Amino acid sequence: MKTKNYMNPYLAGFLLGLLLLATIYISGRGLGASGAVKSVIVETVANVSPEHAEKSEYYSKQIESNPGGAMQSWLVWEVIGVLIGAFLSALLSDRINLRMEKGPGVKNATRVVAALIGGALFGFGSQLGRGCTSGSALSGMAVMSFGGIITMMAIFGGAYMLAYFFRKLWIKG
Amino acid sequence: MGPLVPEIISNEFNLIMAFVIGIGFGYILEQAGFSSTKKLVGLFYGYDFTVLRVFFTAGVTAMIGVILLDHFGLLNLELIYINPTFLWSAIVGGLIMGAGFIIGGFCPGTSVCAAAAGKLDAMVFIAGSIIGIFGFTEFYPSLEELYLAESWGAVRINEFFGMSQELFALILTAIALFAFAFVRIVENKVNKITTASSPWNVKLRLYYAIVPVAIILFAAFTQSSEENTNEEIKETIENKSYVFETMSVDELLSELSKNNNKYNLIDLRTIEEYKEFHIPLAVNIPLKEIKGYKWSDYFNNQFKTNIFYSSNIDAAKEAYLISNYLGTSNKKLLLIDVDSYKEFISVNSKLAQKENFHKWRQNTHKELIQKEEYLSKFSAPVKKKEIKIQGGCS
Repeated sequence: MKTKNYMNPYLAGFLLGLLLLATIYISGRGLGASGAVKSVIVETVANVSPEHAEKSEYYSKQIESNPGGAMQSWLVWEVIGVLIGAFLSALLSDRINLRMEKGPGVKNATRVVAALIGGALFGFGSQLGRGCTSGSALSGMAVMSFGGIITMMAIFGGAYMLAYFFRKLWIKG
Repeated sequence: MGPLVPEIISNEFNLIMAFVIGIGFGYILEQAGFSSTKKLVGLFYGYDFTVLRVFFTAGVTAMIGVILLDHFGLLNLELIYINPTFLWSAIVGGLIMGAGFIIGGFCPGTSVCAAAAGKLDAMVFIAGSIIGIFGFTEFYPSLEELYLAESWGAVRINEFFGMSQELFALILTAIALFAFAFVRIVENKVNKITTASSPWNVKLRLYYAIVPVAIILFAAFTQSSEENTNEEIKETIENKSYVFETMSVDELLSELSKNNNKYNLIDLRTIEEYKEFHIPLAVNIPLKEIKGYKWSDYFNNQFKTNIFYSSNIDAAKEAYLISNYLGTSNKKLLLIDVDSYKEFISVNSKLAQKENFHKWRQNTHKELIQKEEYLSKFSAPVKKKEIKIQGGCS
């Protein structure tokens, strides 16, 4: 089966912008992703080791400011939606298959280790920067947040600075 | 007026909206090709700038949309979440995320999207991000100093540069359009494509580029609905033809002593002036803050009449007219200013025509002061709780 072409990037960007605008108008906030994982982690820690959560200032603050827990978290519901929406899109465009994507000549093991380390760095950075590419950079840009735009420049700037050193992961070199 | 949360739609319904919005978000990301890690990192090696195109177009579209909604008075920027600026954590966190991006090939949103399409590496990336976030929450105590350093609050970038939001939007749009043109050249070079686009395509792109610029210029050079309102109010005050519902000082004293719970007496001066002296039972809403969200209950209350006074009658008239736009409460204008009120109740007032009458004013004033003291034990003025909309990572 032939997979369908991707959407025109400008059209996709325009639709994404309208969706973000609707989100701001309805919910007064932007889109996000990493925060959902944080909510689930905080909830898990609170359930598995309540004493530990109570002792830690960070966990107890998080629990206090989100009394409903992860199931009352806006981002958790949004990310569940993302999973379904992306699945539907991939299904309709015949793009679903269990596989790994990597640069030319890269071993599977290398890709797995890189994805794990990259994920850990991104997860850590997203908490330090109070939001990831969606929550801080994109949504911050929409409301002209100074911090959001600084984070955006740091993300892309950082990746460009390091691109040369990790080129073997992605391109023939 | 937006945002719809929490006044118009409830927090529970907001979660359903989050789910629906998420479906749209995931669908668009996948359609744009963000479930492919090679497409995502393409911009760092010059072979595929899809991320830059989608990201910039989305950001500029939403930003211009926010400006338009604000222009038409449809969105209260005071209430929406503006990501706060903590300078060092924004920069350091961003750089670490950049490293994660180039090494892992995803960002959190796109990894969820790619995992839904079956990409195994994306699932590993998510596992990694769980470890990373858990690392942050566990080691928070030693990171706290960096996390909280240089806290600037919810600064907007146009404020930082001291320009209007329209001017900044125009600059950013220009940067985006320039970047779109530039990356096409780079992309063609890297991918060794030499066929030039047809003139019709170039023309079409120019037309598309004009649209956002035109919208920003429209917002910059036409009156916003707030400016319109202000102008209408100014004209009404100058015309002097508007009929205000009024109240004399004696009416006020007698009504407050009999039915004080039917009235909100509103002092429009600054908080310092209010603390120094105010008519007993008055609450302080400085004229500058009158449109603020926290006072909105005063102007929608159907059971109470708002009475305005200030250090001059024109300020009270202005507040009276503004409150017409804020809600449907009954309102009255106190016919005198604060200084005249002081004169009315002072011991050797020249305004006292009859001795008895003057006594009555003074006594009522004292009685009201006692009432105020008594009532203050039970309740402070009903300020509306500031709503805090979460965003970013929470």
